[in-house]
Amino acid sequence: MTGYLITIGLETHVQLRTATKMFCGCSLAFGAEPNTNVCPVCLGYPGALPVMNREAVRLTVVSGLMLGCEISRRSTFDRKNYFYPDMSKDYQISQNGSPLCVGGSVRIETAAGAKRVRINHIHLEEDAAKINHYARFSGVDFNRCGTPLMEIVSEPDLASPDEAMAYLQALKQILLYAGVSDCNLEEGNLRSDVNVSVRPIGQERLGTKVEIKNMNTFKGIYAALEYEIARQLATVTRGGLIVQETRRWDPELGETQPMRSKENAHDYRYFPEPDLVPVELEEAQVEAWRAALPELPAVRRGRMAEAYGIPDYDAAVLADAKENADFFEAAARACEPRLGKTVSNWFMTEVMRLLSESGLTISQSALTPSALAELVTLLDTRVINGPTAKELLPELFRAGGLPSALVAARGLGQVSDADALAALVQQVLSENGKSVADYRAGKRAAAGFLVGQVMKLSKGKADPQVVGRLVAERLAGAS
Amino acid sequence: MSDTIDVAYVAELARLELTPDEHRLFQQQLELIVRYVDKIGELDVSGIEPTMHGQAVVNVFREDVVLPSCDRERVLGNAPERNGYEFRLPKIVEDA
Repeated sequence: MTGYLITIGLETHVQLRTATKMFCGCSLAFGAEPNTNVCPVCLGYPGALPVMNREAVRLTVVSGLMLGCEISRRSTFDRKNYFYPDMSKDYQISQNGSPLCVGGSVRIETAAGAKRVRINHIHLEEDAAKINHYARFSGVDFNRCGTPLMEIVSEPDLASPDEAMAYLQALKQILLYAGVSDCNLEEGNLRSDVNVSVRPIGQERLGTKVEIKNMNTFKGIYAALEYEIARQLATVTRGGLIVQETRRWDPELGETQPMRSKENAHDYRYFPEPDLVPVELEEAQVEAWRAALPELPAVRRGRMAEAYGIPDYDAAVLADAKENADFFEAAARACEPRLGKTVSNWFMTEVMRLLSESGLTISQSALTPSALAELVTLLDTRVINGPTAKELLPELFRAGGLPSALVAARGLGQVSDADALAALVQQVLSENGKSVADYRAGKRAAAGFLVGQVMKLSKGKADPQVVGRLVAERLAGAS
Repeated sequence: MSDTIDVAYVAELARLELTPDEHRLFQQQLELIVRYVDKIGELDVSGIEPTMHGQAVVNVFREDVVLPSCDRERVLGNAPERNGYEFRLPKIVEDA
């Protein structure tokens, strides 16, 4: 709709890749039986004392460094007080005043152009328990309670559902590159609260915002934003007022609905957590973490295009998942430098097809970078031909091993010897008199058919280039 | 209502039900406490960091190593009611 500006901000909760909870040694193994990974700390027993997980702090700081945040030298924790049965001690340990990371940004690209989405801050907190709702009662499983979450709060810099998607995808890719989270949406590793408002163009002040809470699929966020924006625009163009409220996305009905909200529900009475001492980060420590950061996806795309002579498009596809990029680079480095594009072609067509057919990731497959490098090299040096290479790849993908061993064991090496091939060419020409006559009558395509027949006769092992040359010579020669 | 402290509001946040007598009593007591704390406002504390802890300790961490959790039957033994292996609650509605 024209005449209105859309403003979206996201608060994204990311489960950190730790073995244990934020403040106790209970395991975070996914899919455990209800209430098996619990102890007095995460059950909220009076008197139980939290002790901070060092790794959770490191992962949050690494995330901040990847996103260009400023890292707070001193950071403290606070209690956020609320009454709800997902948090039995009646407060969540979070960071209110001095979060670990401040500022930073995520670069996004959409059809509307490229922009930087600013990050307000990243803070560290604990997750709540899982409540299951039944017909006549509810049940609580505390396994999730106390899981370390970092909350990445964006500025309201997003202007469309497309930009929100681009932001989440870029953020997820950076976090995966950083290795700080599995970002597994099915397991709820990445959940977002969405703030959205509309206002007439020319109005300085932001419109009244509505929050849509706790969405865990990108598709859901997109659909919820589309619905909510349409709802708000319909309301304001009718002259109605948007009420500041929290809404829930109902994927079945495809609409957002207001959530019940008590008056004063948001007066959390934050106060400093007396059971946790401040975190002070030494400059040397932060710099050591900074020095060990992986490349950002965008930087890697540029470097790979340059280093391996591949198009930007290839580099973007390969760099999409870090492990694909790692695999490609290992394979390309094991080949002659001029073969970068060939390795990329093989990865992007044949290997990616096998990945999507099998549903495996590259590290789950048996294919190794050296096997792909060898395959490409065998092809390039014309030891094997294209059809043979295509036949070998699924086997290497499934069962592993090296192509050179398979070629030697099965006699798959291609026949390039002109004398050996001449007899086959002779045979095909004498058996296909009509095609020979067609060719000489001007149907040049007949030559291709004859080359194909020779390839077939050789059971695919003939060198197609040599066969092509021999066929052309014979057709041009005496009849 | 006193402008020092709104006891009814604090009680509501803390989910406490007060009788009128209790309300009057806490109003008096808490007003005294708040006024006492207000004395600090008579001092110039600009540039002084608030003290959150009695000791100047920082960076108390544990390593990310799994420790045994509690026995589930013992844990659920403290539940007023249970549903299989869950703590059972009255039916609740999601709050914003």
